[in-house]
Amino acid sequence: MTPTVTTAKDLVHSLPDGGAAAYDVTVIGAGVVGTALARELARYPIRTALVDGSDDIGNGTSKANTAILHTGFDAVPGSLEGRLVREGQRRLAAYAAATGIPVERVGALLVAWDEEQLAALPGLLAKAERNDYHAARIIDAEELRAREPHLGPGALGALEIPDESIICPWTTPLAYATQAVRAGVHLHLDCRVQQIDSGPDIHTLTTTRGPLRTRYLINAAGLYADELDRQLGHDAFTVTPRRGQLIVFDKLARALVDHILLPVPTAAGKGVLVSPTVFGNVLLGPTAEELDDKTATGSSAEGLALLREKGRRILPELIDEEVTAVYAGLRAATGHEDYRIRDYPDQRYIAVGGIRSTGLTASMAIAAYVTELLAATGLALGTPAELEPLTMPNLGEASPRPYRRADLIARDPAYGALVCHCEGVSAGEIRDALASTVPPRSKDGLRRRTRAGGGRCQGFYCGAAVRALIEEATP
Amino acid sequence: MTRRERTVDVLVVGAGPAGLGAGAELAASGAGHVEILEREQVAGGIPRHCFHGGFGTGRAGGAVTGPGYARQCVAAAVGAGARLRTGITVTGWAGPRTVDTTGPTGLERITARAVVLATGARERPRSARLVPGTRPPGVYSTGELQQAVHLFRQRIGTRAVVIGNEAVSHAAVDTLRVAGVDVVALVTDQPPSLPTALAPLLVRARHRTPLLTHATVTGLTGRERLTGVGLRHHDGRTTTLPCDTVVFTGDWIPDHELARRGALTLDPGTRGPAYDASYRTSETGVFAVGNLLHAVESAGTAAAEGRAVAAPVLRRLATGGWPAERPALSVDAPLKWIAPNLFDPDGARPLQGRFILRTARRLPRPHLVVGQDGRVLHRQRLLLPAEPNRPFRLRADWLDRVDPHGGTVRITAV
Ligand SMILES: Cc1cc2nc3c(=O)[nH]c(=O)nc-3n(C[C@H](O)[C@H](O)[C@H](O)COP(=O)(O)OP(=O)(O)OC[C@H]3O[C@@H](n4cnc5c(N)ncnc54)[C@H](O)[C@@H]3O)c2cc1C
Ligand SMILES: Cc1cc2nc3c(=O)[nH]c(=O)nc-3n(C[C@H](O)[C@H](O)[C@H](O)COP(=O)(O)OP(=O)(O)OC[C@H]3O[C@@H](n4cnc5c(N)ncnc54)[C@H](O)[C@@H]3O)c2cc1C
Repeated sequence: MTPTVTTAKDLVHSLPDGGAAAYDVTVIGAGVVGTALARELARYPIRTALVDGSDDIGNGTSKANTAILHTGFDAVPGSLEGRLVREGQRRLAAYAAATGIPVERVGALLVAWDEEQLAALPGLLAKAERNDYHAARIIDAEELRAREPHLGPGALGALEIPDESIICPWTTPLAYATQAVRAGVHLHLDCRVQQIDSGPDIHTLTTTRGPLRTRYLINAAGLYADELDRQLGHDAFTVTPRRGQLIVFDKLARALVDHILLPVPTAAGKGVLVSPTVFGNVLLGPTAEELDDKTATGSSAEGLALLREKGRRILPELIDEEVTAVYAGLRAATGHEDYRIRDYPDQRYIAVGGIRSTGLTASMAIAAYVTELLAATGLALGTPAELEPLTMPNLGEASPRPYRRADLIARDPAYGALVCHCEGVSAGEIRDALASTVPPRSKDGLRRRTRAGGGRCQGFYCGAAVRALIEEATP
Repeated sequence: MTRRERTVDVLVVGAGPAGLGAGAELAASGAGHVEILEREQVAGGIPRHCFHGGFGTGRAGGAVTGPGYARQCVAAAVGAGARLRTGITVTGWAGPRTVDTTGPTGLERITARAVVLATGARERPRSARLVPGTRPPGVYSTGELQQAVHLFRQRIGTRAVVIGNEAVSHAAVDTLRVAGVDVVALVTDQPPSLPTALAPLLVRARHRTPLLTHATVTGLTGRERLTGVGLRHHDGRTTTLPCDTVVFTGDWIPDHELARRGALTLDPGTRGPAYDASYRTSETGVFAVGNLLHAVESAGTAAAEGRAVAAPVLRRLATGGWPAERPALSVDAPLKWIAPNLFDPDGARPLQGRFILRTARRLPRPHLVVGQDGRVLHRQRLLLPAEPNRPFRLRADWLDRVDPHGGTVRITAV
């Protein structure tokens, strides 16, 4: 089957039967949630479309988070979110192992910096138990110091969550989308849904690339899910973006920290964390700022100053290291401490809203849950098939990257020809990404697929060469 | 994992002017098998993409362009018998003088009797400078800009702002002009410099570009493309310069990853390896030359250091000696750094008998005082002002008064 990924041109040529037929299901939004859904639906003999207004998958909140595969130890017990995070963690951990998505089980330490926080640890431990997480334990100041010798002075103890892991946030939705597209899902990019007209059998979506007709509709539009929901006549939730700014420190800082260092949540808020990344950097963040602009993904001087001040307390030496990147993501907060997933069988419509700060972890469980809801609305899904197995390029430092693999280089010298020196990215990997099922269409897209240009020099050495390779591949 | 294991006499990492200078002189003076590794496909380092003149001679606007100079350096090294291998990256250490490499021909593990690090320096990017705002396309360093324009002929934009006011900033302006980009302004957080009320005029005369002094960059705006650079002026006024391109120039940092991964002691001022006048670092048998040591000096200085490392390397190969403890040389604010920054117990003098220094702030007629353990070793009044981002020099004829077993030698500007 030739994969259908469309951009730029009118949609009509790529629609089922040249636009004469409708899709069975259309998923709006190709973030980590929408791509996971598309992958789940790809198992069934139905015609599925995945549409996104951006020029790439995973280009919204899904590209800018803290990349932690949560255990759900601190979820609200009994919530849908809590359940889907726990189930999603198990599913995604297994999927990652099978497809080569980088994951490192580094474990988390919730560090108590004062008596109040120390006193809160037993309550958090009990909450973890209620969330069916039983491996947590409290460690004292001495053990904490032994395990994190670079921690700032004054740490009194910690709650250890050995299964909290770090994951590659970019490979995850890309793996989902790749598998979905290879199994026949149509992916339409640059395709913003502007209006939805719902008839008795068919929804007609007016998009920036023309009309698209579908029998069933799933709204996974992240920050914009409320606006689409209103188009279908509902007033169920309002998304208020909550910005999280993050600082990525140089790889030379990686040796300073071994675990995810989580703050103890207090009345004053969630606080900031320090975490290694699967790329071998160290993250500091996020901030939590209520905004009303859904496009405000910039950083601010105040935000960066606040993070540096907090970071200096947690890991003083970190602040002396060079900063490789600064970014910000927007959580889709709805003023409600749970996801907003709701089916409207009469409308053949499911809203997947309010996927706030755990959507990466929960993505596969959300997809399975929504697919069940979809079946319950009356869509005959048919018998599921096994998806073609997939192996993703390895972007993680925990297993050998191509430039360290004699076997790969012997077979194809392009894996030994480094283009991006800071991140160790070879010409072979860039070539592969540019020719992949869901190819990048910008420098940022290529960076998310290969890490090229994402290192400490930010393109001083390789920026122009990388751009030339993209321009060669995309006429 | 299969790595081809090899040994050489001297391994030089990096084929810029410094590494090529070292390779040329070492090969010419019979150091044995001298191998230079360069990760880029073409050797020559930074000058490869500096299409202006002024290389080698020390005269700005002199006849030799960067690429021409790079070719001269390559020819000298290869002509002398050094083995130059391009497209080979040193990825890390496997032992004290053993490195791992990656190239299209496979993986190697190379052990040398002496290693010379010459990995150069880069400009700190926008992110490292913590400039807030959006992350649109159109944000460059000079290095990327020069390659984009001169090596790849890529389209840049229409209106640019250049951050910085050093030699490299003016090189960026020239490159933007070549690419047909209007340069709106040069921006620096430094105060206007005098004699020097003339300086802005001179800049304008050279480029017809206004120089905005005492201005800090407060943020970038734009989403699909850069739309502006926000500034705060000294008097608190804020403005936005509309533009689609911004070049962050200067603000150098040594490319010290290998040095740090090899546990070499870094000098806190330069952030390059601490080294003595024989270019010896804290690690036995590991030398360093060029802008890795002091970001940045001219290509001519880097090349001269490369040539000068040959004698101490040969001595090391012959005798195997290495100094254990050496007093450090350290500066007090507003001085930023001094190089070399370790005392050389074997009596070697720095290049041309002078130390190189930098200051964070302008010093009209600096009086430099050198002391150790409460003793004054030397006083010297400089005739010219010391300016930020420009080299100035301190004589080295007081070195024989240093107590080799004493404490840190401190250099203060009074
Ligand atoms: C700072 C921060 C830290 C986080 N840390 C973690 C973490 O450590 N672990 C974790 O599991 N989760 C984390 N999260 C949460 C996680 O990132 C999100 O829950 C997840 O990315 C949400 O995915 P999504 O697909 O719902 O939304 P998005 O990724 O925003 O995708 C929605 C997509 O819909 C598209 N779209 C919107 N409107 C339209 C339209 N009208 N037409 C067509 N397309 C449209 C958008 O272009 C976008 O691509 C964090 C979030 C933030 C902000
Ligand atoms: C825009 C600009 C304009 C300039 N204009 C002038 C001028 O007009 N006149 C002048 O005299 N000087 C000028 N200079 C300064 C001059 O270019 C430098 O002084 C000189 O290049 C320094 O030489 P170097 O050998 O120390 O470092 P570099 O030239 O930076 O060379 C270092 C080399 O090491 C290689 N390398 C690094 N790490 C590894 C590794 N792990 N494995 C293998 N190889 C590695 C790099 O690829 C690079 O080729 C300018 C610099 C810039 C940026």
